[in-house]
Amino acid sequence: MSNHMFAFNILLYSSLFICIVGLGYRIGSWFVLKVGVYGKKSSVASRISAAFKAIFRVLFSLKVLKLFQSFISDVVFQRRIFVKAGFFRWLAHILIFYGFMLLLFMHALDDMITQRLFPDYYSTINPFLFLRSFFGAMVVIGLFLALSRRFFKKQLRIKTTRIKTTRMDAYAIFIVAFIIFSGIFLEGLTMTSHSEFERMLSDYAGLYDEEEITALEGFWVENYALVSSTIAAPVDAELLSLGDEVNDTYCMSCHVSNQWGFLGYGIAQIVQPFAVWLDQNGGVTLFWYIHIVSCFLGLALLPFTKMFHMVSVPVSMFVSAVRNDDISAPENLATINAMELDACTHCGVCTQSCSAAMMSEVIGNEYILPSEKMRALKNLMRKRRINQKELDAICQGIYVCTSCERCTVDCPSGIGLKDLWVNVREDLIQSHVPESSILSPFSFVRGIQRESRPGIYKRPIHATPVYAQPIMEALNAVCSNGNQVIKDEAPLVFGKTIQSGRTEKPVCAGDFAACFDCRNCTLICPVVASYEKPEETLGMLPHQIMCSLGLNLIDPASQSAMIWYCLTCYQCQEHCPQNVLVCDHLYSLKNYAANKLVPEQKPENFFKFKAGDNFNRRNT
Amino acid sequence: MTYTLFVGCNIPARVSQYADATIAVFQNLGIRLYGIQEFNCCGYPVRNQNQEAFVASAARNLALAELSGVDMMVMCKCCYGNLKMAQYLLAHDENLNKKIRKILSKDGLIYQGTLHIKHLLGVLHNDVGIEALKAKITNPFQNISIAASYGCHALRPSLVTQFDNPVSPQLFDHLVEVTGAHSVAWAKKTDCCGAPLTGINDELAIEMMTRKVIDAREAGADYLCTACPFTHIQMDLIQKQVCENQNDSKPLAPILYPQLLGLSMGIDAEKLGIEKNQLDLSGIYLFMTEEESPALQ
Repeated sequence: MSNHMFAFNILLYSSLFICIVGLGYRIGSWFVLKVGVYGKKSSVASRISAAFKAIFRVLFSLKVLKLFQSFISDVVFQRRIFVKAGFFRWLAHILIFYGFMLLLFMHALDDMITQRLFPDYYSTINPFLFLRSFFGAMVVIGLFLALSRRFFKKQLRIKTTRIKTTRMDAYAIFIVAFIIFSGIFLEGLTMTSHSEFERMLSDYAGLYDEEEITALEGFWVENYALVSSTIAAPVDAELLSLGDEVNDTYCMSCHVSNQWGFLGYGIAQIVQPFAVWLDQNGGVTLFWYIHIVSCFLGLALLPFTKMFHMVSVPVSMFVSAVRNDDISAPENLATINAMELDACTHCGVCTQSCSAAMMSEVIGNEYILPSEKMRALKNLMRKRRINQKELDAICQGIYVCTSCERCTVDCPSGIGLKDLWVNVREDLIQSHVPESSILSPFSFVRGIQRESRPGIYKRPIHATPVYAQPIMEALNAVCSNGNQVIKDEAPLVFGKTIQSGRTEKPVCAGDFAACFDCRNCTLICPVVASYEKPEETLGMLPHQIMCSLGLNLIDPASQSAMIWYCLTCYQCQEHCPQNVLVCDHLYSLKNYAANKLVPEQKPENFFKFKAGDNFNRRNT
Repeated sequence: MTYTLFVGCNIPARVSQYADATIAVFQNLGIRLYGIQEFNCCGYPVRNQNQEAFVASAARNLALAELSGVDMMVMCKCCYGNLKMAQYLLAHDENLNKKIRKILSKDGLIYQGTLHIKHLLGVLHNDVGIEALKAKITNPFQNISIAASYGCHALRPSLVTQFDNPVSPQLFDHLVEVTGAHSVAWAKKTDCCGAPLTGINDELAIEMMTRKVIDAREAGADYLCTACPFTHIQMDLIQKQVCENQNDSKPLAPILYPQLLGLSMGIDAEKLGIEKNQLDLSGIYLFMTEEESPALQ
């Protein structure tokens, strides 16, 4: 066995080394990753020192009580999982977590922990033999619950929907299952193994009488699932009673009945037909290797897989228990956001409650869903290869958000998603191609957070000069050459149009024919009334747009800023004497223009909007 | 009377006092409100980009509400107008209806088109009734002038929303007067608050808001009254920002209608979330008839 122990030690120390270095790397990256606007503004050194200051402040204040409370409720009882993800997922997680942890402490670290607590510890006596199976069974049931959620969720589609099982999710279940099942098989095979029986006999029993040995073997074959090449069940009753006596005398003090280890015993029953062959061909050793290699693989890969959540989620919980964004330093927000990317377990609770889920379904962009967006951001921040199309999708995904903050309220890991979205969104729209959904009420929250106000939005995320830039870029992109149309009574020039073939032209309902150009729509429009020379800013005015639609000049009509500056107050439509659906047509044109905006074909702009120069209003 | 309550996205996140006050008032009236956890966005924000996404989003809510078997009460005017619009489109556009049915069926949902969508104000005015409200008023206001802001998306297009007369609506005025307040006649009561352009063209959005405030003040209003989270944020938070930037101008504070009604019903100011409003409303207690106003108790 010494060769095996050598291999064991080599594997143990190398995987432990990889794990520790990996943990250092992952935790260190929280201070290095540049997530969003905050991330770009702060240096690594300032982030580390700010973090230490903040931790110091928390530890030496009453907030430490909050940490303690969070530890008890969120880590020990996993309350947030219960409240946010529901009873079954909580049960699955609790079973796996506690089953695995108790196995780790009682079984894997037995010489360090169990032996010290219980000096007469033997893995083969009760309660230890029974508990090993019991904890194993907890994990197995938990794994079954966790898997069944992924396969049998159809009837719950209203609540659980649209969430994919990623490779990471599969790995997490797989590695735990592999460790546990290889352990159960190892136990079962050991029970059947005749060579193990002989080893125990020579190591522990001190029994030399041939007849007694045979009787004991018979007893074990009959009762303890041992498989012998010489004795087969059912065993002769006389031999059995002698075996029972011998067992009582020599074995019972440190080996209870194998039935107590019910999982292994069950496996022993199943493998019985092959047991002799397996034993002769090193089956026990093989499964021992499979078991320890999977354990050490799990350990070594812990920092680089979903299993890292064992470290990052408690950190995220503690942070969410004590964070106060009004007073924390921007450096810390950068660090927190980077940490939170790691704390996401892709559990999908946020996506279940996402207000924009239907939009994701129709638009066909999964990054609108928060859990998928997190996955994309992880890749984006770690600079994995991301093509332009993917980046566009992320950009749209992060903007098509109703800011209902339900994801933040519901996150079982306590991730402050709403702040993360704002931080990353701002960075993406500042540095990325124009995103047409900026020109929609999705921007409302960005608009009201424009200025800082103590207690509400203390820290405006964008400096004032850059605030308007993404809006103007989006507007330039969708308007293209539209605004050169109505100028100085020159003839209409239809130059470039954005061609993509991605959208159908809006179907004209035909009600334009009824338009007799009374200009009621334009006269009543509060937007038009706000400008001294409206056509300079707005391009075509409502009646001109209706006129163009009547002439089937959809492209120029869809390139007027008017449609994007429309307040959708429906005054025009309400006051049209001919019942033309003016405002609804503006909506159709917006759909048309937005969908034409294919980022790789960014149109050249004839008409440049600049922030602030479009407000030559009549009465300032 | 029972309703499913549609709060939308803005109210829980940013105007939670609107929900608090509404629940308090409806408790007082003995009307049950059910929340449906699976409700999602009404679709309004995505309407600029993708009509189908808008209708699908709205239709899911309609289907869920229809399942409950009771009428749906909407608190936000934009949600109300857009849910009504989606309902109208589903009833009139067969093609769209087919597409949406297919999307909903993935969730095992079906929308049959029997749901009644009502706005909070409509419920109070038409279903509860002015007389029943009057009976609940214990601390009526006196000598106070209120400018009621109707909200575009509830009023127009009237063919779709069927909220009130789009040109000279009276519903909100009646409701304000129930509380003992005087509802002022002001020219811009049916105008836009500017919220749809906040974040897109903020200068214009502020201009719209400012014009309304100026008009209301000229008409002699002491307070504005709102029943929409967008209008409320616009009048409350944005007006506060503007006033602080200009230093000289004094704001005209808005009060959410259920807060106004709740105060006149003698409901505790704390329960109504008066403190959560950005602009100061403490002056409003001076107009209350009871010597001891709820705030001082």
